[in-house]
Amino acid sequence: QQPAPLEPLGHPDAGLQSAVGEEAEGARDESPGEGTMTENNFWLKKIEISVSEAEKRTGRNAMNMQETYTAYLIETRSVEHTDGQSVLTDSLWRRYSEFELLRNYLLVYYPHIVVPPLPEKRAEFVWHKLSADNMDPDFVERRRIGLENFLLRVASHPILCRDKIFYLFLTQEGNWKETVNETGFQLKADSRLKALNATFRVKNPDKRFTELKHYSDELQSVISHLLRVRARVADRLYGVYKVHGNYGRVFSEWSAIEKEMGDGLQSAGHHMDVYASSIDDILEDEEHYADQLKEYLFYAEALRAVCRKHELMQYDLEMAAQDLASKKQQCEELATGTVRTFSLKGMTTKLFGQETPEQREARIKVLEEQINEGEQQLKSKNLEGREFVKNAWADIERFKEQKNHDLKEALISYAVMQISMCKKGIQVWTNAKECFSKM
Amino acid sequence: MDMNSFSPMMPTSPLSMINQVKFEDEPDLKDLFITVDEPESHVTTIETFITYRIITKTSRGEFDSSEFEVRRRYQDFLWLKGKLEEAHPTLIIPPLPEKFIVKGMVERFNDDFIETRRKALQKFLNRIADHPTLTFNEDFKVFLTAQAWELSSHKKQGPGLLSRMGQTVRAVALSMRGVKSRPEEFMEMNNFIEIFSQKINLIDKISQRIYKEEREYSDEMREYGPIHLLWSASEEDLADTLKGVASCIDKCCKATEKRMSGLSEALLPVVHEYVLYSEMLMGVMKRRDQIQAELDSKVEALMYKKADADLLTEEIGKLEDKVECANNALKADWERWKHNMQNDIKSAFTEAAEENIHYYEQCLATWESFLASQTDLHMEETSEDKPEAH
Repeated sequence: QQPAPLEPLGHPDAGLQSAVGEEAEGARDESPGEGTMTENNFWLKKIEISVSEAEKRTGRNAMNMQETYTAYLIETRSVEHTDGQSVLTDSLWRRYSEFELLRNYLLVYYPHIVVPPLPEKRAEFVWHKLSADNMDPDFVERRRIGLENFLLRVASHPILCRDKIFYLFLTQEGNWKETVNETGFQLKADSRLKALNATFRVKNPDKRFTELKHYSDELQSVISHLLRVRARVADRLYGVYKVHGNYGRVFSEWSAIEKEMGDGLQSAGHHMDVYASSIDDILEDEEHYADQLKEYLFYAEALRAVCRKHELMQYDLEMAAQDLASKKQQCEELATGTVRTFSLKGMTTKLFGQETPEQREARIKVLEEQINEGEQQLKSKNLEGREFVKNAWADIERFKEQKNHDLKEALISYAVMQISMCKKGIQVWTNAKECFSKM
Repeated sequence: MDMNSFSPMMPTSPLSMINQVKFEDEPDLKDLFITVDEPESHVTTIETFITYRIITKTSRGEFDSSEFEVRRRYQDFLWLKGKLEEAHPTLIIPPLPEKFIVKGMVERFNDDFIETRRKALQKFLNRIADHPTLTFNEDFKVFLTAQAWELSSHKKQGPGLLSRMGQTVRAVALSMRGVKSRPEEFMEMNNFIEIFSQKINLIDKISQRIYKEEREYSDEMREYGPIHLLWSASEEDLADTLKGVASCIDKCCKATEKRMSGLSEALLPVVHEYVLYSEMLMGVMKRRDQIQAELDSKVEALMYKKADADLLTEEIGKLEDKVECANNALKADWERWKHNMQNDIKSAFTEAAEENIHYYEQCLATWESFLASQTDLHMEETSEDKPEAH
């Protein structure tokens, strides 16, 4: 099977395209999850995307069974150049599975791009208080933000933003699924088995991709570990804060029998309650930080997908080259009459007698045709391969910068959260200390 | 293993002992300083036990010397407590640390247990020393100064085991009666003791739980920091930031451990002592009730029996005095105890709050300095870009 052409289907609407001269820069100054993007990206100056609502729905699935799912409202606004006012241009509802369909399509048609990941399908790395239930409102809310982030990532990507299917995802509610499936992208997808085979057998992959694959493995492993331990730390921290809340109740009951100490105990108890309840907001903020890390955990998989594609193409190339070399050799042997390679024809010739010169000529002719074809194919595969490496590496560089920028920001925001937590702690305990010292 | 007591080279100066001991009343007149240290294990064919070294320094005339050094085991402390309770049934005797810890202990003598016990024993003796009445108790003096054999022979004096058992049986029967005729102020006192006991027990549990949660938090943090370091090894641009975060987390982890140790020094032992005090107080109430009941039963006997009226009247007279003494002693000691309790609780919780403030201040400083370093770097980077603009 020929690999799909590396060009998007059709062209986006004139309105969108007019905003993009050449490739827009993809740098983002704001952290993911915000509704408006207003800087370097020309395309986004024209348009705002937000996933503004989530709604529980019931419907019938493919097997005509009742199911409950969540639908998300996607709103697209176009921003007027001059006065910055935005006008709602499109609004439609999509469910998670449609986002998945979109992404799978992008993966097939843009194998040289590090395709932004979706938020997780099921809640993982949960600490005990967080629900692992997909219907839990907090999970749904975080997923809503994650889906918005996904759309913004795609929209701010210089190449992906021009894809028509993506445009239709934002604008055409009915029939979109059919439209995607009509592209036949599922058929064009590389089989998993083929990819695995290539990974093991490829002889000379580009060293940079090998290193990149290694890096993406490390990234995935270290972020998973970090998220797991962070969840445990959150759990423990929750415990420390909440137990202090018990002081509040007991102090209050004790203050009833005390005369001089009573007021101090009572008010100190109040501060203990404040302390205990402060952890809820703190950990909710931390959950957003965890989501930022999760995005890059999933990005590691996208990186690996690009590496796999390269390995597949390289393997294909190597096989084609090998095949060509063997055909050339066969041809040479037939022409000179020496038999160095084993062939069925050779064996039967030995067993059943030599073939006629005409037969030999015919075979040589066929082989020469095949060799010609093979050489052309090899040439185009080589070209494709080099194009792929060039384009992929350009996107990988873009991705690296984005990653470094985003993760640095995330780590800094983590520090900011810790600082805020410490300040709150100092305040509460200073208040409590005052109450105690007045007892 | 007793050592001779007249060694001029004392490892602890009176000044350091002042820091160890919390004064209860009349700090300027303190003339008896006691330290408990150097736990040592003794193994005999029958048993294994621990002795503690007790050093007493005093300027009191009634003591033969100004310094004493003796070794005592837990049993000896128990004996002392028993004697004090006997001599002063309605005084609030300081509590002893428990004989055994109920849960979580494999060996009887692990280091934490011994250290906690040592501190509690030191507190016990100093509280007695600070008590206006108990400090002059003869058995107390013997405890602090006698050599091992002297103490053994001293212990053998006094009422025998059987007579003491007989007293206990009678006492239980009487105490029930004493509750009914308890005067109002002691009803109030009892009510206080009951509620206080409930609450202090809860606070003890809560405080222990907090310590446990903090320990588990600190354990997780210890694993958390190094992951960032590991990550930094595969990154270039992010390496510094990651290393910075790792270092901050490690510092916060250390600050947590410091907070925990502060808690276990300042808060936990104080709260636990008052848990034991509350048990002690209930015992004191009972004893007071018993003394009252003795009087009441004699009065009742007088009402019904006409014979031996004179004898009974005489006995009643004595018992009335006894009840009055007991009640007054308890009242005075109660006020004193409450006052001390308030001070102790107040300073224990104030210190605990201080530990928490200090903990958050340390963590704040760590993260703020990290943040500053990151913003400085960013400014350096952007200023480097400017000259290259084309």
